[in-house]
Amino acid sequence: MENVYDLLILGGGPGGLAAGIYGARAKLKTGIIEKGKPGGQAATTEELENYPGFGPGTTGPGLTGSMAEHATQFGAEFIKDTVVALDLTSSPKTITGKKNTYQAKAVIFAMGAEPRMLGVPGEGKLRGKGVSYCATCDADLFTELDVIVVGSGDAAIEEAEYLTRFAENVTIIVIHEEGKVDANRVSAERAFKDPKLKWKWNSILKSVNGDELVESVTLKNISTGEEEEFPTDGVFIFIGTQPKTELIKGVIDLNPQGYVITNEKMETNIEGVFAAGDCRDKYLRQVVTAAADGAIAAVAAEKYIHETELWEKEVLSPDHPVLVAFYNPTDMAGTEKVGIIDQFVKENKDLSLVKVDATRNELVRKRYQIDPSKLPLVFLFSGGEVKAVLEDISTENLAQLVK
Amino acid sequence: MIAVDKENFEQEVLQAEGIVMVDWWGPKCERCLELMPSVEELAEKYAGKIKFCSVDTSGNRRLAISQKVLGLPAILFYKGGEKIDEISGQEIAAEDIEEKIRKYTE
Repeated sequence: MENVYDLLILGGGPGGLAAGIYGARAKLKTGIIEKGKPGGQAATTEELENYPGFGPGTTGPGLTGSMAEHATQFGAEFIKDTVVALDLTSSPKTITGKKNTYQAKAVIFAMGAEPRMLGVPGEGKLRGKGVSYCATCDADLFTELDVIVVGSGDAAIEEAEYLTRFAENVTIIVIHEEGKVDANRVSAERAFKDPKLKWKWNSILKSVNGDELVESVTLKNISTGEEEEFPTDGVFIFIGTQPKTELIKGVIDLNPQGYVITNEKMETNIEGVFAAGDCRDKYLRQVVTAAADGAIAAVAAEKYIHETELWEKEVLSPDHPVLVAFYNPTDMAGTEKVGIIDQFVKENKDLSLVKVDATRNELVRKRYQIDPSKLPLVFLFSGGEVKAVLEDISTENLAQLVK
Repeated sequence: MIAVDKENFEQEVLQAEGIVMVDWWGPKCERCLELMPSVEELAEKYAGKIKFCSVDTSGNRRLAISQKVLGLPAILFYKGGEKIDEISGQEIAAEDIEEKIRKYTE
């Protein structure tokens, strides 16, 4: 059926693309919903030289472009649409876009993050009029003009260096004392040696001023309290990112900053919903970690889909009663009891038996809240529902259970 | 779409009859490049109703600044030599552009 997928990935940045490669290669019908061109934030970075195996000379658009091609080669389908609503708790999960509605058995949320705004007067009004959050996009418009860069993290320092190729003067506004930046040491030392970069230490931006275009900014020295008007044509702001998780707020657990909380299998609090990339609560947000997240999420999603389908077919769908034995294969006494159930089912032809290694199948364990210390356990299913649970396994008790 | 530059901007845009939409883009602007096919579709769909032009800012930087374009992508609308409307920024979608076009064609 059209618009029905095994796996739907929301977002076409490196996290989503890696998930697409792994999902499609595992023969899942995989769709990647992306409103624009794949690549995410990485595609707005000109120089990208820290992805393993891809050294100096690599560009963001180049690397993400080949990731997208790779995903396509394995059969992932790109869907150009903007996601407007999600129903993640239904089965199948439903994604509503501006153009179409899509369904999937599992969803990987990989919508990424976007530049954070400073929130000072004039910033919003003069956006696109000298205020920018993307050096690659706008740098050449500032050829021979003066610009400032706000921030001192990796992005700020690296993009400031890129801007020196175009702008006449590039001044970095840093909140910290002289010589202290948040960027990695390699980028920082290179920047300190760059004669084209100028620095304003202990400083914050109070406002962006200008009528139709940026004319100046008001800076405040936080150690002296002095304010000054500093003429500039451009203001590039790199003060971190904020996650694009508005759509899932209240449904998926987020941390106080709005990043998605997952476990190491990229599982969110909702069954069959995973997260990958910069939208996740994590230590390091880089292309390589986004790709790793995507791979893990896709493998976990594939296992989820497989387990759910098997469970549906063998336990929930049959017309006859089904016994499900949950066991721990390393517990010898327990596995012997499973032998009793085996024998019992052989003698009762109207029953079927499904054995579940509860130490491996987390989905089922979580769904039925199975206490690992009480294994083995027998559940009686009929018409898709749990009818009874047996802890003390014996032939007599089994007979009593199914009566 | 008519590719316009600093030589013919005056004639093609400012002195044109009716409404002119100008798509300001640059070869390094990924968002501009991804929007381009949609903009071209819109230009075909609304052909004859308004005039569609594009400017590659990489060779026409001073022209861009004279039109107060300092961020890409930027879609500007002109009438009688005056700028009457604009949308710009990384987040603009083809739907937003079409909405503006409709506003001036209906």
